[in-house]
Amino acid sequence: MSLLEVNNLQVQFDTTDGIVSAVNNVNFSLEEGKILAIVGESGSGKSQTVFAMTGLLDNNGSATGSVKFDGQEILNLSNNELNLIRAEKIAMIFQDPMTSLNPYVRVSEQMAEVLVHHKGISKSEAIQQSIIMLDAVKIPEAKNRIRMYPHEFSGGMRQRVMIAMSLLCHPKLLIADEPTTALDVTVQAQIMHLMSEIQNEFGMSIILITHDLGVVAGNSDEMLVMYGGEVMEIGKTEHLYKNPTHPYTQGLMSAVPRLDDANEKLITIPGNPPNMMLKPVGCPFSPRCNFAINSCSTVTPNLTKITENDHFRACHVPIEELL
Amino acid sequence: MNNEILLKVENLKVNFNVSSEDDMPWTKQKKLQAVNDVSFDLNQGETLGIVGESGCGKSTLARAIVKMVPANSGKVIWLGNDLLTLNKSQMRQHRKQIQMIFQDPLASLNPRMNIGEIIAEPLRTHYPKTPETDVKLRVSDVMEKVGLLDNLVNRYPHEFSGGQCQRIGIARALILKPKLIICDEPVSALDVSIQAQVVNLLMELQEEMGLTLIFIAHDLSIVKHISTKIMVLYLGNMVELANSNDIYENPRHPYTQALISAVPIPDPMIEKNKELILIEGDLPSPVNPPSGCVFRTRCQKVQEICSKEKPEFKEAVANHKVACHFSD
Repeated sequence: MSLLEVNNLQVQFDTTDGIVSAVNNVNFSLEEGKILAIVGESGSGKSQTVFAMTGLLDNNGSATGSVKFDGQEILNLSNNELNLIRAEKIAMIFQDPMTSLNPYVRVSEQMAEVLVHHKGISKSEAIQQSIIMLDAVKIPEAKNRIRMYPHEFSGGMRQRVMIAMSLLCHPKLLIADEPTTALDVTVQAQIMHLMSEIQNEFGMSIILITHDLGVVAGNSDEMLVMYGGEVMEIGKTEHLYKNPTHPYTQGLMSAVPRLDDANEKLITIPGNPPNMMLKPVGCPFSPRCNFAINSCSTVTPNLTKITENDHFRACHVPIEELL
Repeated sequence: MNNEILLKVENLKVNFNVSSEDDMPWTKQKKLQAVNDVSFDLNQGETLGIVGESGCGKSTLARAIVKMVPANSGKVIWLGNDLLTLNKSQMRQHRKQIQMIFQDPLASLNPRMNIGEIIAEPLRTHYPKTPETDVKLRVSDVMEKVGLLDNLVNRYPHEFSGGQCQRIGIARALILKPKLIICDEPVSALDVSIQAQVVNLLMELQEEMGLTLIFIAHDLSIVKHISTKIMVLYLGNMVELANSNDIYENPRHPYTQALISAVPIPDPMIEKNKELILIEGDLPSPVNPPSGCVFRTRCQKVQEICSKEKPEFKEAVANHKVACHFSD
């Protein structure tokens, strides 16, 4: 059985300008110990998908469908019930480490709070465990630095603190929402290296949300490509990079400039990202798609399995025409 | 591409005075060297890419060139005139030919002006006597160039997406027909698919109008794509300057090597097997830079000499300058 199973997940927001469908019909599953990358551009619904799973949607948001974690339905649980799952079984780290730490409270207090609350151990013991965890994420002189305030750490160090904090209760699933987007490349390399070490050590599953296809390539087993709130393609990372079968995935891969490439013109995806205020009819990518046929703008394509090794795509156009 | 030197920067230094919270009122303010001894030439039609991590002084350097921040010493020679010695009205004459594009496309557009007004503003400022019909014509002309439809002139910035806002910023920079455009992280805030559109647009315009570009970014893959030569900055110091292909194929400075190795390549076969050069630790404080070589605190090749002597920024091979004691 998979650790996480998401079925027909839908997220809608009730705004003053009408209903916005941020996520439509998302299905995926995640095995234990695997890393799933969710890739998409801004507004594609990748963050809202995981926010819905963990009950972090804004007040005007609502989610329908089913999210099974370890066999238990967790979608739309009450906060009391969710608090038994969050941090203990599912932990999350966010893009901006400065805004996710409380600037007024020492790191020691913030970390100890997690353990005192969830494990019911004494504060001094909690601080001891926190120091061990800070050592694990390679913060030098963890013993002294745990007494510092968040602003006394650099961006990369703060993200390490966040990672240490999320690991305190040994969660089974770690959700990392753009963990390195705010960091420089060299620091990004450090953090991604650390994440893979930690994954080896603790053996948890990871959902890695990112827009950086380079980060996905080096750090994931499976990937899911989203556009306009819908899943375009799912597959094993290596397989999908070699054989992208959706026009959007293909476009995305060729639009990324590569360091190891000769100096030629970038292939662009024409047009602009979809306006999520308008309810999508048909495939959300069809207005920008070079291969679009008539049915693309009227009928939403379903995710269908195309090869044996769990490769799914949602596209009306036959694969042969895309290659 | 001809060999006329458009811009020559010599030993440019920019310092900021900073005070920390526990300073007494009489404590002497500390000096932060944001840009330290930067020199380069830029020929007509070239693109100079400037890369480095946040806080390395790349934006300050760009701003110092157009005198948006005052430089402390050095020369910025634009077509034979040292811009740093000019007064305001003389500067204005040259300022027409140097335009800038900024990182956050929405924040750099005035939300209370419509697109037509925004794009026309440089023209109205520098050539106030231009008849209104000409202004309109020029505006629709540049809008077409950057791929914006004519009927959008009366809209306001918030009605546009990030990529379109960046096109408006480019149109505003182009309307004076400048010789040099300084792009300060023009695509960092954009999505991948839009990023490619804007980069291609800049390259097309460059070819069409013979523009010279200074392209600042922290994304090395983009910089490599657009630049003819590349400068790597670290803590305000130049560490390497060479032709774009040279720098990627033969990086000579340990920092450049680490920087290039840190860029993830979107190919799992390569990415999962590549040898990563990790830089340990954090960027040192620019108020208190390390003695000798600025990179020595994080360098893998560090030797005794590095802390004692600042390496000279010199040519290791033809057209490839490096600041390292062990560049060979």
